[in-house]
Amino acid sequence: MSYINKPRVAHPSLPTNSLGMTRRQYEGSMSTLCAGCGHDSITAAVTEACWELSMRPERLVKLSGIGCSSKTTAYFVSGAHGFNAVHGRMPSIASGANAANRELTYIGVSGDGDSLSIGIGQLVHVIRRNVNMLYLIENNGVYGLTKGQFSASADIGTKAKRGEVNATAPIDPVLLALSLGATFVARSFSGDKAQLVPLIQAGLRHNGFALIDILSPCVTFNDHEGSTKSYTFARENYHAVVEADFVPPAEEIAVEYAAGEAVPVKLHDGSQVVLRKLDPSYDATDRSAAYAYIEAKLKKHEYVTGLIHIDENSSTEFHTLNHSATLPLNSIPYEKLSPGSAALNKLMNRYR
Amino acid sequence: MPNLSAQANHVNDFVIKFSNVNGTGSASSNSLIMKAIFRMGVPVTGKNYFPSNIQGLPTWYEIRITRDGYAARASRIDIMVAMNAETYAKDVRELSSGGFLIYDSTWPRSSLLQRGDITVIGVPLAQLVNENFDGIRNRILLKNVAYAGLLAALIDVDLDVISGLLRESYAKKPKLLDSNTRALRLGYDYVKQHLNSPLSLRVEPMDKTRGSIMIDGNTAAGLGCVFAGATVGAWYPITPSTSLMDAFKGFCDRYRVDSQTGERNFAILQAEDELAAIGMVLGAAWNGARAFTPTSGPGISLMNEFVGLAYYAEVPCVIFDVQRVGPSTGMPTRTQQSDIMLCAYASHGDTRHVLLFPANPEECFYLSVQAFDIAEKLQTPVFVLSDLDIGMNDWMCPDLKWDDAYRPDRGKILSSDEIDKLEKFYRYVDRDDDAITYRTLPGVNPKGAYFTRGSGHNQYGVYTEDSSEYQGVLDRLKRKFSNAPRYLPKPIILGRGSNEVGIVSVGSCDGAIREALDILGKQKIEVDYLRVRAFPFNHEVEHFLKTHSTIFVVEQNRDAQLKMLLTLETAVEKSKLFSILSYSGFPMSAEPVVNGIREKLAEAPRLSVVKS
Repeated sequence: MSYINKPRVAHPSLPTNSLGMTRRQYEGSMSTLCAGCGHDSITAAVTEACWELSMRPERLVKLSGIGCSSKTTAYFVSGAHGFNAVHGRMPSIASGANAANRELTYIGVSGDGDSLSIGIGQLVHVIRRNVNMLYLIENNGVYGLTKGQFSASADIGTKAKRGEVNATAPIDPVLLALSLGATFVARSFSGDKAQLVPLIQAGLRHNGFALIDILSPCVTFNDHEGSTKSYTFARENYHAVVEADFVPPAEEIAVEYAAGEAVPVKLHDGSQVVLRKLDPSYDATDRSAAYAYIEAKLKKHEYVTGLIHIDENSSTEFHTLNHSATLPLNSIPYEKLSPGSAALNKLMNRYR
Repeated sequence: MPNLSAQANHVNDFVIKFSNVNGTGSASSNSLIMKAIFRMGVPVTGKNYFPSNIQGLPTWYEIRITRDGYAARASRIDIMVAMNAETYAKDVRELSSGGFLIYDSTWPRSSLLQRGDITVIGVPLAQLVNENFDGIRNRILLKNVAYAGLLAALIDVDLDVISGLLRESYAKKPKLLDSNTRALRLGYDYVKQHLNSPLSLRVEPMDKTRGSIMIDGNTAAGLGCVFAGATVGAWYPITPSTSLMDAFKGFCDRYRVDSQTGERNFAILQAEDELAAIGMVLGAAWNGARAFTPTSGPGISLMNEFVGLAYYAEVPCVIFDVQRVGPSTGMPTRTQQSDIMLCAYASHGDTRHVLLFPANPEECFYLSVQAFDIAEKLQTPVFVLSDLDIGMNDWMCPDLKWDDAYRPDRGKILSSDEIDKLEKFYRYVDRDDDAITYRTLPGVNPKGAYFTRGSGHNQYGVYTEDSSEYQGVLDRLKRKFSNAPRYLPKPIILGRGSNEVGIVSVGSCDGAIREALDILGKQKIEVDYLRVRAFPFNHEVEHFLKTHSTIFVVEQNRDAQLKMLLTLETAVEKSKLFSILSYSGFPMSAEPVVNGIREKLAEAPRLSVVKS
């Protein structure tokens, strides 16, 4: 834990993005998490992704629930509004906020306790509703703030710090999201920033609900031998099946890819995701195939990472289905919302 | 031919009760009769007593024809239209002495004749309908219209008025219009040919409904949300609040869809549960939309956690609680006022909430609009406590009016320019010394960004575990609540104000109390009456409690929740308060009020209540 305030002055030679802003200006307050916490790496990846995208800070909305992971929204993009909801209920706040203003970019940060136990109902329904947001699950298999109880993502046979062995089957957020028809599903590891940053960028730009399940080891309660959510375990057992490169709208695809290896997917805002297959047989656009592949690998205790599934052609995004006004609902002038006295007087005849 | 006119004359003052099987289409037939009487200029009320079921269980509908315009349920039944064989015995028992029983004599019931003090009118309805119409479902539906016709003949309802209503209902379905009109005539003509009509209980045209409408409170509240400029509604279906969202959606489809593009200026989210519904409302309201959720007691129980967050983080929202009978699942289709305490102090920790209490659909409309203004002004949840009787029954009300000069009071929201002028923005600093702080909306200005949280925070909006910083915010919230009455609707006070005895009540008890005051007045008993319309209570409530020596607190729950709240939140002496409680689940009638007051006064004869 650190109580040191960050210095406000940045070195003039720091690189700036197209808004003329440095990375430092996309940071938040100092993290109070344990030194070495995987969550802090994810925070750094989010900061990097937002800086690279040249996002206007005030156009980003940060949402979270309760838990170590949910604290991290305070640690990036201090120029963005944040809402720290109650435990497991961030998706409903996100759904309402998104309903009110479809123009902003929403990022929700949650954990395995927040999302897979107390909040699984809301997670399931925000996926089903296809709310346009990026939803990160910082997954460490334990409850940190209450000191190390197993969470619903703990694998069978994984060992707690005090030696207890978990016997209850885990809930895998990736399989869950795939089964619910999510249109953007990814898995990553907090220690793999190169993989994580483009995934976050693609998720932020995806038109619809984007889920990234990120293994994020808990250094205090779940980073020992026998744990399947430790740094060592992740490095040995988490392997990409398909990597994603993010290409912003204005840029051409510069890198040359071998034929059959790379598939470009155009996102809603004109940017592109280039899927680089590490297993040539893998098709990230085929949801059923992706599900079968991930499930088969999990049975062999192999954890597949990368952009597991993307469907950019889906038309089930909340506002699309709702036929919402193009303008954000919170910006429509009252004169357009009120039927007025003449309409009311006319309406009265219906009740006589 | 039985002589039907031997009873006392009750022109425009009697009660008809329809006993039906639910899911058979009886509701539309019953409201046909009611609306026809209303169109004849005669005041009416309609009360629906329905089961928590879709088809096959007993259901009742009560129409009170009331030339004096009383809104309450009457405690007598003058005509029983007994169309449900299963409840015959109960229905016959309930009929007041001297009343009329109408039943389907296709299956004669000699046992019905065992009460000597009523008149039994048998009409072979099923037989008539079966001879004239085909199809099982069709026959069931049209039998209802046939009894409407027979009743119209018996109580002298203008057949042209009913035909007019049918023409409006089936304007686009000529086949249905034809069969319904024929069924209506079938009942009507049978009476004219076989019975003496009209009865002594009959309807005579008046001119007392001009400028009035028949509307239910949920429809009026849903309409209020549209006029308030609400754009986001989130809900989970629950009786008896569902029709509020149905109404909102209906009005939005009519008034909020762009005719050219089909784009909607609203969003309705049917949530997975009430926990999510209130979360969506908070998310939308925090993001600058006017947002609301309609629910009932069980929903409020589930929303408690988020309500505390809204209170502490100061997120405005409007929650409609259309109260039903509790505890637990209770009786979902019966009415009660038993969520007063639940809402006043909803959620853990020190929380107190603003409550508004409409008494009828008219107030549901106006108070809904006000609820949004108050919520945004005070940046806090506002509960509108209606109930099933107000929400789902048709009440006669004056036409709803609208002032086009109205603009929503959005409270203290800083624009981007205003934020720019600040050296730094702090969410919870009391700049104006009125305990209400400034808020900013996401998306507007990076300088206005702050962190909304339910965890301990100081006036700068920053997480804190420091006692004095925490208390500073909590004490300001208390001041804000204490200042709230100036923004809230005032109580309604009737009477001279100088009487020793007073009634304090709330919401839908109003009709029963006003009628009781008339009855007591005729017995030369003078009582003052105050109806609270908001919590926290204002100085007028305090004054009324102070200046009356005996106060009857009339409410519809077992535990005297309004009385509890008065004793907790005002300076009133508990010993001055006497409860009159009605918690049967049926709308209140004047009877318990009159009896309660008379009994108490008989015990204390020195009280000066009698007019000199």
